[in-house]
Formats: sequence, structure tokens, C-alpha cells
Amino acid sequence: MSLKTLWIGALAAALIAGPMAAAVHAQPKEMFVPLLVYRTGPFAPSGIPIANGFVDYFTLVNERDGGVNGVKLTWEECETQYKTDLGVECYEKLKGKGPTGAALVNPYSTGITYQLIPKAAVDKVPVFSMGYGMTASADGRWFPWVFNFPTTYWSQASAVIRYMAQQEGGTEKLRGKKIVHIFHNSPYGKEANPTLEELSRRLGFELTLLAVDSPGQEQKATWLQVRRINPNWIFLSGWGVMNQVAVKEAAGIGFPMDHFIGNWWSASDADVIPAGEGAKGYKGATFHAPGTGFKVHADLFKFVYDKGKGAGKKEGVGEVLYNRGVVNAMLSVEAIRTAMTKHGNKPLTGAEVRWGFENLNLTEPRLEQLGMKGFTHPVKVTCEDHEGAGPVMFEQWDGKKWNIVSDWIPVMRDVVRPKLEAAAVEEGKKLSYTERDCAKEK
Amino acid sequence: MTELLYGIAIAPFKDMVGSPAFFAEVLIGGVFAGLMYSLVALGFVLIFKASGVFNFAQGVMVLFAALTLVGLLERGVPVVGALLGTTAVMVALAWVIERVVLRPLVNQEHIILFMATIGLTFFLEGFGEMVWGANVKKLDIGIPDRSFIVTGVQINQLEMFAALTAAVLVAVLGVFFQRTRVGRALRAVADDHEAALSIGIPLKTIWLIVWSVAGIVAIVAGIMWGAKSGVQFSLSLVALKALPVLILGGFTSVPGAVVGGLIIGVGEKVGEVYWGPLVGGAIENWFAYVLALAFLLVRPQGLFGEKIIERV
Amino acid sequence: MIYREAGQFKTSYASDQAIFPIAQDRWFVGLATLAAFVVPPLAASEYWLQAVLIPLLIYSLAAIGLNLLTGYAGQLSLGTGGFMAVGAYAAFKLTTAFPSLNIIAVFVLSGLVAAGVGLVFGIPSLRIKGFYLAVATLAAQFFLVWLFNKVPWFVNYASSGTITAPNRTVFGVIVTGPNATAPVRYVTALALVVVFALLAKNLVRGRVGRSWMAIRDRDIAAEIIGVRPLRTKLLAFGISSFYCGVAGAELVFLYFGSAETFAFDITLSFLVLFMVIIGGLGSILGSFLGAAFIVLVPILLTNAPQSLGLHLPVALQKQLELMVFGGLIIFFLIVEPRGLARLWQIAKEKLRLWPFPH
Repeated sequence: MSLKTLWIGALAAALIAGPMAAAVHAQPKEMFVPLLVYRTGPFAPSGIPIANGFVDYFTLVNERDGGVNGVKLTWEECETQYKTDLGVECYEKLKGKGPTGAALVNPYSTGITYQLIPKAAVDKVPVFSMGYGMTASADGRWFPWVFNFPTTYWSQASAVIRYMAQQEGGTEKLRGKKIVHIFHNSPYGKEANPTLEELSRRLGFELTLLAVDSPGQEQKATWLQVRRINPNWIFLSGWGVMNQVAVKEAAGIGFPMDHFIGNWWSASDADVIPAGEGAKGYKGATFHAPGTGFKVHADLFKFVYDKGKGAGKKEGVGEVLYNRGVVNAMLSVEAIRTAMTKHGNKPLTGAEVRWGFENLNLTEPRLEQLGMKGFTHPVKVTCEDHEGAGPVMFEQWDGKKWNIVSDWIPVMRDVVRPKLEAAAVEEGKKLSYTERDCAKEK
Repeated sequence: MTELLYGIAIAPFKDMVGSPAFFAEVLIGGVFAGLMYSLVALGFVLIFKASGVFNFAQGVMVLFAALTLVGLLERGVPVVGALLGTTAVMVALAWVIERVVLRPLVNQEHIILFMATIGLTFFLEGFGEMVWGANVKKLDIGIPDRSFIVTGVQINQLEMFAALTAAVLVAVLGVFFQRTRVGRALRAVADDHEAALSIGIPLKTIWLIVWSVAGIVAIVAGIMWGAKSGVQFSLSLVALKALPVLILGGFTSVPGAVVGGLIIGVGEKVGEVYWGPLVGGAIENWFAYVLALAFLLVRPQGLFGEKIIERV
Repeated sequence: MIYREAGQFKTSYASDQAIFPIAQDRWFVGLATLAAFVVPPLAASEYWLQAVLIPLLIYSLAAIGLNLLTGYAGQLSLGTGGFMAVGAYAAFKLTTAFPSLNIIAVFVLSGLVAAGVGLVFGIPSLRIKGFYLAVATLAAQFFLVWLFNKVPWFVNYASSGTITAPNRTVFGVIVTGPNATAPVRYVTALALVVVFALLAKNLVRGRVGRSWMAIRDRDIAAEIIGVRPLRTKLLAFGISSFYCGVAGAELVFLYFGSAETFAFDITLSFLVLFMVIIGGLGSILGSFLGAAFIVLVPILLTNAPQSLGLHLPVALQKQLELMVFGGLIIFFLIVEPRGLARLWQIAKEKLRLWPFPH
């Protein structure tokens, strides 16, 4: 019995220790990026397209360009199921892989981002939480290791209000209008509230905040209240099954769908499927275009899918969240490329890539070179500003696909930035950080 | 302070009287939601009644049934065929569960059987997703998701249909339990395993039947909830909404599941709409449990549960 | 042959009633504890410490807490996550309000806060039993998590809505916060769990533990022989919540580093309950074994295909892992319904006779 136990124990130890021992494969000209994905579990409908877009773009860079300036990208997916503890485990497992360690990490969950912010600074791995995570980390003076460009939840909320005003025919027309914010009852969902409250004071619209508890399969009470308030606009900050039910409920009570706007995690292809015809007209905020009408997609088909190296199904290319994965991968790659201008065309460490993130200047001509003209907006990151306060576009579901229905709507930086800086001080102090002097950085 | 008291004790009632049409809408919304909870709770009750197992896997069975149905439909199987196919799958599942899980664990404590169903939950979560994928799938049952208005009260067709289905299902199950031979045998087994065995009721067959019926109830629940939110992994979480219903109605009572569902559904909607805003909303989840708790303090075995007779 | 108690004579009641009456057991446990303190901090990689061993220890503590309530006192609870949240948020509030207070004292105090909350939610147990009692504890679970999410005071009005472990030192060594190294956090968690496990073991061997078991086995009979149900049940709720509270504080301060209420949702309650049942109801050792099973087996299964040279897509791998994990739970329950602790005991019995079983 004991001998058997011993054998089983030894085997178990070998199984666990195996991958760690195998981690040391020193191949030159390679950089490693850990990918925290969620392809299973309740949030998989969102996680799968993001992960596919991400991986496909990396494959494209390797296949088409032979890597970034000759340095091949390698990666390993690790399944988190959107769970915080699994995310931490994945990060710990992968942070030391590759010849130079993890170049950067995309947590892809607000919860995991919060875990990684303190850890990554110690491990010297930049955290890139693109359009999610901790809004306050946009102040680079307090959070040198965290980047959340192209824009944050707070900026997004201001752009949404600006868009509503535009549709109403002017900011002053918003006075007296009723706006309802339906949000996931979690720190993520609540992000937009302070900005909306501030704007409601300034612009004089009537704001009602309605919380929906996770997971949000049953929202009858919320929508009964919506029916009673009879708002002019609804803004949705949902996640997972909450989005699908919300869209369906809105259609069910006959709410005009073109006055119903989801934030960029609430307006993807999966969110409108269950409501079918009823979802027609539903709008969403985004910082990149949906669809496959860009040169980068032609390249993805040519170099990745036609060679049978696609991560998902060909039909999935161009979905909103697939494109988000592509943008995320592109920005990561451009940050690495920027870092190489300083550190040379060799595999870089996380600390070196961090410099690349901080000095990233993605211009319109560069976007055109990448085949992404009009796909997303130029970004300029500085030491102080890790957000970039990029503008937001609005898309609309026509029953078959998402279409862009607005220009780039600028965010209200004057409203958001002061609050953001105050929050950065407070969050930074919680972690015993000190403020960096950006004049000394170069 | 007086303002708060006014907000708690007077304002909501004034509101209800002030706009009766809206109050009626809240009540109807509560009834419909409650019947949806009952649909899930029924599956629990059936299994607990006949085998004393608190089946944690009921939620994932709902998911699995819905996934199978949609998966068959997507592969071009006609509706009737898909329904029959799903039923066959659920019966097969019941057979496997009886064989692999229940039979070796016969006569174990409740909590051990409960844990075994948790193992089953993990297994089915992985298996269902592996076979059918993790994407959101649309389930169209041909009832338009539109509302009509009766004397100022808005009623959703789909929800009404779901509620009617739940009501019919309960009636059918009631007749099945009370009037048929198998139903009587089921009740006998529920009362006393040993006594039932001694008078020649085949326990294994009964369990197979009960788990199959629970599987069929799961199909119905899966269709109704799936029509609401699309068929996706989160369907397995509907079990959480059924728990307070189950506890309130009693683990062993079919009518209890319905009455419990109505009380919880109406209670939580009224609570959320009229008292929720006072504390910032989203109180539904715990309010349901507090409501159930309030009833339990008066009747510890649930509204329709069998009275627990204790002796030393 | 080696494991035999022949020749060990007990000459006093105290030695007869010791926790480990057999000398070999004492040696084994002593050495194992010593090894646990010394070997991993020196030998284990950060991945092992951070992602495997630290959560293992913290979950063990929570499982001990729940085992006292469910395994010993027979009160089913699904509110563990809620009570752990109380501990975590209390620790955060205490250490931000009194930064100079020793962090270990903060853990203990937040455990006491959780105990107080546990007492309140234990009151319905006087009237409600079995699975029905789960409703009272579920009410606690959902209400507490909602409360911490809703009231900004609990997070010191942070715009992020999360609590974060600040840097705190014990004897000049940073124990919590981003700058605390994994070995230090590991040793802290280990020291706490050893002390509290020892306390729990003594508690259940004494009058309190016996009264709990009396209530569990037949409450009416227990009442007749003079065990007061009110006091006994509430004590169980209080002490159990204390353990869960300390574990919750550790979860944020030693493991996660920062957390939102989502970390304490109902899945955590179920997770700890699984550990208790798999490990063995009414066994302190079982709490450790159950936590080890629930923490280690998935990691082992995740890494297994890779070690064997198979490269499966992550989604498929996760699905297979869930299936195997579920299958293993059922398998172990069928092999030994009384949990891993019982298997351990059987192994020990066999070992006593080995190699001459007749």
C-alpha cells in the first residue's frame, strides 16, 4: 500500500514538475507572450473570439514578416475560465517562460488585472489591460507598469453621453432627458457611474442607475423599472449572459433599440444572437471597427487561414471581439517594435518592452502600413498618460452584422482626467507606490 | 430617520395603490418569473422525493438538455426528432447515473450522495461543452418575443407561454404521481425504501424512471430558459435561482415547488421594484433567501414538506 | 514492522489521551511539520509556492473551519464564502485604520468579527435543520457579498471598488502586500494553519467538541443529557466563522493581494464544502487532504497531457480535466464514502500489521 502510494506520489510530482523543467529551452531570436484565455465556462462566448483574434495576429506576424524585426513571437495559452485564482496560477506558470521571460501580459479579466498589477511591477512584466482593468492605472506616474490605452471606461462613458447629445441635436437638448444606466453589480459595472453622475450634474439630464446582480439571467425587476421610467436612452455595462438577457428584455418591452447602447463589452456578436430580429438597431461603443473589410483581414485570410493555421473558424474572423483580439495583439506587437528602436532587434525582457509601451506612438501612416487604416485610431502613450484618451465609435446591429454608424466621438478629457488623477493617487498609495517624476524619464 | 421609515413603510404602498396597472405588471412579472424557477425546482423535487438525493447536477442537466436539443436542431434534425433524440439522451444519462453513481452508493448519507452529484456536475460541464461547444446558441421555439397590452398592463407572449408550460407540466406530474401505478410506486419508495422493496417494487427501475422524468423536466426548463437567454453555459447557474424556491416549498412536494416559486417570484420582484431603490438595488438574490428564511422560521420543513417527526 | 506500537506503555492518563499516542506518529507529524517549514521555502519555485502551496494552506484553514461546523456539529453551511469575505474586509478596514497594528493581530481580530457575524446567522439553526438550514447560510452568503459590494465604506471609498493588501511587517519582515516574497507569505500561512489546526484538534477532543458531536448525532438525546443546543450550535457557528474569517483575510493578504467581492461568491462556499466532504467529515486531517485534493488534482490534470507530450487545445484540455475531476470525485466516494481521511486511517491500520498481516 505504502509503496503504491509512494509511486503514485512520485508520478504526480513528476507530472507537475515536468512542464516547469521543460521551460528552459534556450532558443535565440524568440520572445514569449503568455496568453490568459477563457475558452470554457460561462464567459467563453466572449473569450473564444478574443483569443482567436489574438493568436491569429501573432501567427500573421510570424508568417508574413518572420516575426517582429526578425524576432519570432512564441506564446502559450493558459485557460483561466475567467476565474481569478486560475488566472494567478497561469501567470505564475508562464511568467518565466521563453528565453527572456514574459514580454507582457494581457490579463483579460478585470479581476485578474487587479491581481497582476501589484505582482507584475515586482516581476517587471508590463500589464496591458486594453480598455478594461483599473481605470486609475491610466496615470503612468503612479502605475509605470500598467497600460490601459486606447481609452478607459470613464472616457467611454463621457463619449457615450456626447454621442447621445449629438443624436438629440446638441448638448443643451440633453437637459431634462432621462438616461438609465443598467450595470453589472461589480466593480467593473460600476466604473461608469461617477462619470455619468458628474455629467448628469453638468448637463442636467436625469440619471437612474439600475444594478443587476451577477450572473443576470433574471432581469424582470430591472426592466419593469425601465418601463416605468420610460427613459430616452439606456446605457448598458453588462457581462456574460447579462448582455443577452438585457437585449432580449429590451426587445420584449418594445424599447426603441437604437436608443439602447452597450459599452464595448456588451455589444458583440454573441450578445445579439438570442434576441434575433428583436436586437435589430441595438448600438454599441467600440474603439475599432467590426467586419473584415480591411487589408489586415485579407492578410489574415491569406497567410493564416489559407495555410490552415487559423485558431478558429474562418467565419469567426471579423466578429467584434475577434477584431478586438487583433487590435490587442497589434498594439502589443507595436509596443515591442517601439522597444526595439531603443534596445535593438533582439529578444527583449519585460522591462525593455515596458519602455516600448510607454513611448508607443502609433500614427495614421503606420496604421495604413499595417493595413488598419480606419480600423482603429492612432494612439500616443506618454509617461504621464497610459490611456491616450482615444475617441470612441458607435456600431449598430442590423440583424446580420455590426456596422459603424458614427464618426470618432472624442471623449471629455477635461471631465475625466482630473478625477482619474485623483483616483491614481489614492490607488497608488494603497499599494505604497510613490509618484514618478516624468521629467526624468527618457 | 422619519424619511427612511416613510420610505420603507408608507411610500411603497402608496406607490402600489397610486399606479395599479404598474403594480399588476410587477405581480404578473413575478408570477412568470416564479414559474420559471419552479420549472427548475421541479427537477430537484422529483429526484429528492424518490431517491433522497439532493441533485446538485440538476442545473447542469438543464444545460446539457438544452445543448443537446440545439445541437441536434443545428445539425438539421427536425424539431420532433430533436425532441425525441434529446429525450433519449436524457434517459440514457439517467440509466448511466443509476448504474455508475447511485447503485454503488446506495444507503449512504445524504451529504455523500449530494457530493456524488457534484462530481457528476463537473463531468457534465466538461462533457457537454466538449461535445457541443461553448458558444451562445439561439433557441427559437416559434413564439414571438413580443408584448401585448391588456388594460394598460404589458404582457410578454413568450413569458406567458413559458408560464403556461410550467403550469401544464406540474398538472401532468401531479396526475402522474397521484393516479398512475408508477406514481404510487414512486410515492411508496419515497416513503420508505426498504418497505417498498419488501413489497416487490423494483427500486432500480423506479430510480431510472425518476431520473429520466427529471431529465425530461430539465429539457423543458432548458427550452424555456434557453429561449430567454440563448443556450449557453450560464444555463447551469439557474439552479441557484431554484434553491430558495425549493427550500421554501419543501424538498418533497411538487405543488410546493410551484407555490414556492410563485411566492419567491412575486416577493423578489415586488421587493426589488418597491424597496430595492432605497438601498441601491440588486437585492433580489438575497431577498429571495431572506423571504424563504422568514417562512422557514414558521414552518421548518418548508411549506409543503413532510413534517419531520423526531424521536430519540 | 517499523510502524508498531509494541513496547510503548502509557503510564499516565495524559499520555494515553495525547493527540498522537503512538511515538512513530509523533515523530512523523513533527518531522513533516518541520519539513513543511523548511523545505518548500528553500526548494520550491515561486509558481509552486504562490499558485499551489499558499492557496492550499489557506483553503485548509477554511476547510477546518467548515469541518468544525458541518463535520463535528452537523450543521450544513453554504455561507463560507460570505464569512470569509467578512474576515477579508474586516482585515482591510482594521489595517488601514490602524496601520501600526501587527498584521497577525489583525487576522485574529478580523476572525473575531467574522465570528460575531457567524453567530447572528447561526441563530436560525435552532429551528431549521439539514438542507433547509442551507437557506439561512445562503442568505448570509448572498447578503454579505451584496453588502460589501454596495457600501463604499468597506473599500474606503476606493474608485476601483476593490480591497488591496498593503505592505505590513512582522518582526521587520514584509509579510503582506506586493513586496512580500512568496516564501515569507508561505511560512506565515503555514504557521497560522499549524497553530489553528492544533487548537481545533484540541477543541474537538474536549468538552466542546464532544457536545458538538452529541448534537450532530442526535440532538434531542443530547439535549436530554444536558447539552444546551442554543449555546452549542451558536458556539459552533462562531468558532467556525472565526476560522473562515481568518482564512478569508489570509486569502486576500497572503494570496490574492487584492480582491473584489466576486472572489467570495457562492462558488467559494461550494469549493470549501467539497473539500470537507472529500477529505472526510469530522476530521481535521481530512480538511488538509480535501484541500489538497481540490487544489492539486486540477493542476495535476492540467499539466498531465503536456508532461506526457500531448499538446491539446486548452479548451479541450480543460473540458477533459473537468470530466476526469468529476469522475475522480465519484470514484473516491464509491471507494470510501467517509473521505480521504478514512483511507489514510485504513492505510495506517494495514501498515501496523505489515508485513505479517496474520
